[in-house]
Amino acid sequence: MKALCWHGTKDVRVETVPDPKIINPRDAIVKITSTAICGSDLHLYDGWNPTMQKGDILGHEFMGEVVELGSGVKNVKKGDRVVVPFTIACGSCFFCQRTLWSLCDNSNPNAWMAEAEMGYSPSGLFGYSHLTGGYAGGQAEYARVPFADVGLFKIPDGLSDEQVLFLTDVFPTGYMAAENCDIQPGDTVAIWGCGPVGQFAIRSAYMLGAERVIAIDLVPERLQMAKDGGAEVLDITEVEVGEALKEMTGGIGPDSVMDAVGMEAHGFGLEGFYDRVKQAARMETDRPNVLRQAIVACRKGGTVSVPGVYTGFVDKIPMGAFMNKGLTMKTGQTHIHRYLHPLTERIQNGEIDPTFLVTHRLPLEQAPHAYEIFKHKQDNCIKVVLKPGQVA
Amino acid sequence: MTQNIKVEKTVTINKSPEELYRFWHDFENLPRFMKHLKAVEVKDAKRSHWITSGPLGGSVEWDADITEDQENELIAWKSIDGADVNHSGSIHFKPASHGSNSAAPNANRGTQVKVVMAYNPPAGAIGDAIAKLFGEAPEQQLGDDLRRFKMLMETGEIATTEGQPQGQ
Ligand SMILES: NC(=O)c1ccc[n+]([C@@H]2O[C@H](COP(=O)([O-])OP(=O)(O)OC[C@H]3O[C@@H](n4cnc5c(N)ncnc54)[C@H](O)[C@@H]3O)[C@@H](O)[C@H]2O)c1
Ligand SMILES: [Zn+2]
Ligand SMILES: [Zn+2]
Repeated sequence: MKALCWHGTKDVRVETVPDPKIINPRDAIVKITSTAICGSDLHLYDGWNPTMQKGDILGHEFMGEVVELGSGVKNVKKGDRVVVPFTIACGSCFFCQRTLWSLCDNSNPNAWMAEAEMGYSPSGLFGYSHLTGGYAGGQAEYARVPFADVGLFKIPDGLSDEQVLFLTDVFPTGYMAAENCDIQPGDTVAIWGCGPVGQFAIRSAYMLGAERVIAIDLVPERLQMAKDGGAEVLDITEVEVGEALKEMTGGIGPDSVMDAVGMEAHGFGLEGFYDRVKQAARMETDRPNVLRQAIVACRKGGTVSVPGVYTGFVDKIPMGAFMNKGLTMKTGQTHIHRYLHPLTERIQNGEIDPTFLVTHRLPLEQAPHAYEIFKHKQDNCIKVVLKPGQVA
Repeated sequence: MTQNIKVEKTVTINKSPEELYRFWHDFENLPRFMKHLKAVEVKDAKRSHWITSGPLGGSVEWDADITEDQENELIAWKSIDGADVNHSGSIHFKPASHGSNSAAPNANRGTQVKVVMAYNPPAGAIGDAIAKLFGEAPEQQLGDDLRRFKMLMETGEIATTEGQPQGQ
């Protein structure tokens, strides 16, 4: 089959590799019809994860048709159309039983690696480095899905690929990030990052009762899409964000703040320079300037929600502000399985149409080009859907 | 030079002591999750024959006897006198319930399983080979074996990526 393989920093190639096969009884093989590129993939593309290996197949936002089943999968049939959560979960451990799916105890074969860094291992993830299992990803024609009996979600009739594709990650991620804001009626939520995660977070915050959402970014078309979602927007190249937020909230600050940017945030001035140098010298793995800003901007007693991905260590977190203002932080890889049913219902009810996000549809063969335009925000690129099997 | 190796590790498994005890008590199950064990043959209620991978693709074998057996609580075993390898081990099962309110959501976590393993290789070439086999990061080896035991018990299989496709 054809698959997109990682070969090094900013070096990804579409190659012919062997087809995946059933390895364990609870596996399934899915023939992929649509697969997206995520902001998380850019962290790997940019070479920030030291546990990537040459030849690793990328991709964790994919869906398609079941073509093969292990003997232990009884709840789906060949031919079913399914979406695949990017987190791999067994369904029977302590964490899965409490719907903390992204913390599954049993799906990361390289748990020892994660334990060395984090003490305990999160779940396995598709196409997301060897630290989280080294599972072959879904920017490919086929993928093997472990614990398919728990993960595969059968798509109700009448919904198109693009309506449900983002259930694999960014819609639930934006939604959980909004839930993590602990929104009360009348609240103002400030969201840094108007990428796909930020876009769904804006819309989810309103679903969960926010009065106002203020969205922050520096890319005009992304800010425009945030406006279309009902947000007021701030461009970081035009205003001092902290001051602007204070002014807009009558001097109180937003009730909750969200970092939907993560470890590769753009920084400016001396602080941005400091982080870039440290990160380049591998003295700091992540650049946390959004997180810093968000903590300082949050109102007293507010909540900091962090869907943005961090992989290692950050520097100069304003712990004094965090502690003395009595803030709460909530974060994590998303517990995707928890949101599949309820968010599908919202799509069916017409509360949201996730297709608003798609700016580019390309054949799998053009994935390297797609990574480039997505990374550099060329051609107004916000979200790319790759179509395996479509002629280039 | 050979040296005594002794390691112990605890893992919590979301299953009852009964289920875990029953599975482990059939030593023929152990090679399913213990990496170096090629096979165990149970000869009678007490005795079993163990085969592990050895140096140069060969193997090392010995007989062991169960020395203590308390249903759902404890199994201990030991290689018989005169075996090439002086090995002993034990496994302890303890219900992992916390607090007095057993209906509390986090009260029941299954079973705390503690395994203790000791190898006392003889002097000489075989001894050196065995020391090497079990002596390289023995804590991690036992930890990995127990993680696979937990996976097998909780999910019925062992998570792996061996055999999946990859680019050049
Ligand atoms: N927690 C999870 O389970 C989960 C799932 C998916 C993605 N993520 C993470 O969420 C983050 C966003 O993902 P995405 O797909 O939306 O990525 P993206 O790269 O498309 O979006 C990031 C956005 O942040 C903006 N940005 C950069 N620096 C900024 C700054 N200083 N201030 C304000 N905005 C800034 C960029 O212009 C861009 O629009 C990433 O870190 C990704 O890894 C987490
Ligand atoms: Zn993603
Ligand atoms: Zn689990």
